Amino acid sequence: MKFLYDFIQKFGPLFKKGGKLEKLYPIYEMGEGFMFVLPHRTKTGSHIRDAIDMKRFMITVYVALIPAFIFGIFNAGYQHFLSLGITVTIWQIILKGAIVVIPIYLIVLITGGIWEVLFACVRKHEINEGFLITSFLIPLIVPPTIPWWQLVTATTFGIVIGKEIFGGVGMNIFNPALVARAFLFFAFPKAMSGNSVWTVFGGKVVDTYTSATPLAVISDTVSASGGIIEVLADKGYTLWNMFLGIIPGSIGETSTLMILLGLLILLLTKTASWRIVLSVFVGGFAMITLLNQFAPEPTHIFALPAHYHFVMGGFAFGAVFMATDPVSSCGTNTGKYVFGFLIGVLAILVRTLNPAYPEGMMLAILLMNTFSPLIDHFVVQANKKRRLKYAS
Amino acid sequence: MKVIKLRRGYNIKLIGETVRTVEQAPFPPKVAFKPTDFEGMKPKLLVQVGDEVKVGTPLAFDKKNERVKIISHVSGKVSEIVRGERRVIEAIVIEPDGKQTDEGLNLDKENFNKESIIETLLKSGLFLNFVQRPFNKIANPADTPRDIFISAMDSAPLAAEDSFILESNESSFQKGLDILSHLTSGKVRLSFKPADKTFAEFNNCELYNFKGPHPAGNVGVHIHHISPIKNANDIVWSCSVQAVIRIGRLFETGKINSEIIVKVAGSAAEKRYYYKTIIGAGVSSFIGTIEEDSRMISGNVLTGKKIEETGFIGFKDNLITVIPEATKPEFLGWLNPGFSKRSWWKTFVSAIITPKKAFQADTNIGGGNRSIVINSIYEEVVPMRILPSYLIKSILAEDIEEMEALGIYEVSEEDFALCEYICPSKTEFQHIIRKGLNLMEKEG
Repeated sequence: MKFLYDFIQKFGPLFKKGGKLEKLYPIYEMGEGFMFVLPHRTKTGSHIRDAIDMKRFMITVYVALIPAFIFGIFNAGYQHFLSLGITVTIWQIILKGAIVVIPIYLIVLITGGIWEVLFACVRKHEINEGFLITSFLIPLIVPPTIPWWQLVTATTFGIVIGKEIFGGVGMNIFNPALVARAFLFFAFPKAMSGNSVWTVFGGKVVDTYTSATPLAVISDTVSASGGIIEVLADKGYTLWNMFLGIIPGSIGETSTLMILLGLLILLLTKTASWRIVLSVFVGGFAMITLLNQFAPEPTHIFALPAHYHFVMGGFAFGAVFMATDPVSSCGTNTGKYVFGFLIGVLAILVRTLNPAYPEGMMLAILLMNTFSPLIDHFVVQANKKRRLKYAS
Repeated sequence: MKVIKLRRGYNIKLIGETVRTVEQAPFPPKVAFKPTDFEGMKPKLLVQVGDEVKVGTPLAFDKKNERVKIISHVSGKVSEIVRGERRVIEAIVIEPDGKQTDEGLNLDKENFNKESIIETLLKSGLFLNFVQRPFNKIANPADTPRDIFISAMDSAPLAAEDSFILESNESSFQKGLDILSHLTSGKVRLSFKPADKTFAEFNNCELYNFKGPHPAGNVGVHIHHISPIKNANDIVWSCSVQAVIRIGRLFETGKINSEIIVKVAGSAAEKRYYYKTIIGAGVSSFIGTIEEDSRMISGNVLTGKKIEETGFIGFKDNLITVIPEATKPEFLGWLNPGFSKRSWWKTFVSAIITPKKAFQADTNIGGGNRSIVINSIYEEVVPMRILPSYLIKSILAEDIEEMEALGIYEVSEEDFALCEYICPSKTEFQHIIRKGLNLMEKEG
């Protein structure tokens, strides 16, 4: 690979200070860093350094998202054919899914990429690898029917307002992908809610197909009888179905199984904080158990047990991939427990008590993003106080 | 004896461990004393090139504190004054005659009051072994430290074993402890690994056991857990086991003994032994063959100073580490499963297949500089009640009050070396901490 290295190095002076294309240096740095880990030697401080860098870190998160992405492709196709009542081969399902999902991904990637490069060049900082994750997360949390122009607007909003105006990765307050999602939710509510956006139809829908998501089903149980689990089962939503993820929903968030697979990768590689994931589930569990006590009738949404809540909607996806964002979550390990716990509590609270928002995870995380500096503040104050005690 | 268990930290397992035998090194043809070994010193020369010096001749003094002098530990001729950027004196090089003629200092070894001990230590140059906290700099002889801390358990990668250096020097070590106990208003506090039982036998000091991964052996960690530094005027001193032995020997014999034991380690050095040599010795006199394109470090790989092949051992160092330099670009490095790459993170295959195996490290930074993204990880390698990323950010913001409140007095560069190591954004933690300490001292 020496010739390639030399080839790249040959263009170095063109982009470096004083070169003709000096302004485009971030692009050169990205390309060079993408192709090679450079033999840059340590100069000050520790003589040896860990083999990790931001690229490797982000790639690991990326890999953890791949199972959910692949399943998202499958499910988009599967739901399409299911709604038509046609039996087809797995390859046809995947092909259809890919036709739906891949353009969505590419649109987000290109839109996000343009903004990232633009800001890097103007601001003269490196292109941050975090954008790779943001642009992979956005397609996973939008419905497969999303109009492309809306996607472009939302990605722009997420990257620019959610991240770049703060100074780029590491400085942002909110998770940029969730900012994009929230933008879609409030700016284009018709494309983001209701029962018809979660499946790519394409003809006459068969009667046996339920296009309402399980969360919509449990929010509307007025005339039902029996228990809430039966109500769900009536519509074809068994625990197992929802765990596997063969239900309508946003592209990447339906399959709890695939999300858990991602979680396993994240935790084994230490790239996500187990403290946050654990406490989100603990917080959710606590809130659900409390609500269970107050369920007025067995079909009421309050009566739904915790394990059902966890496999429905974006709870698991949010807990594993969104709440664990190292930048917008708490910066102290102690704070992470509080941060996660409150996300769990709030997500269930919004989900069950507010009929206008069937899914509370997104709002819960964004709200806690706002509060994470405050939580950290208290942790830091406690640390200072402790020191003050022995210092005086 | 108090036993303190530490959970947080990380042991970097490097190949290139040393055979546990002491070899006698030949008398070095060149010896140097480097004012840069003493943090905070502003040296002024007392000798010129060509001057004859003896064991005990002052070579330079500190402009900030004229009583503190760098003293020659060899007899011979000053052959060179090495100057660096802005004419900073980097080294005073002496060509020894090998006779070790004594200056005839008449050192007082009978009187055990603080003043006369300090005077003896200053005259012999051994006072420079003391490091002061807060600020991690050379001690001031006018101070009476609250405590003196000695770490007998260097936990850094490939560190010299203090228990091995101690062997057959026990009586000098005890003598040294006795001397130190006169210098402090409090106690001499000695910390060691539970396995090194020989240290448990010493008197005239408080004994502590520390368990856990690096930096469990850092004296800063010991101070923090035994009795933390309260403010800028709460002064403690620390010194190494070897320094205590040398101080002990000074008071046993009344003469400066220049001998030290230095460990040579690291995968790029061929003859890896402990060497008995002279303080400040040119490393080429004993190091033997080293691999081409390798880096020689006086000290350990995390905190040591880079030296040239013609360089010299640092005054307070007992370790020379030689590791290969980074040479080759790696194609699509981020895709590499990483069978031989090692990381505190477990993002490489090696974490699963050979998690305990020692590995070869080179000097590659391994990635581009980014802003700090993951704030909470640094806590995992700092076993103190310190919030590293918050402290670092307060330093970068030059917020003096915040730095003070977050505990800057309690830390030094070496306590943050592991943060620097594991940082995926490649932040220069040690450099920032030094900046903060300097700022704090100036403004605080």
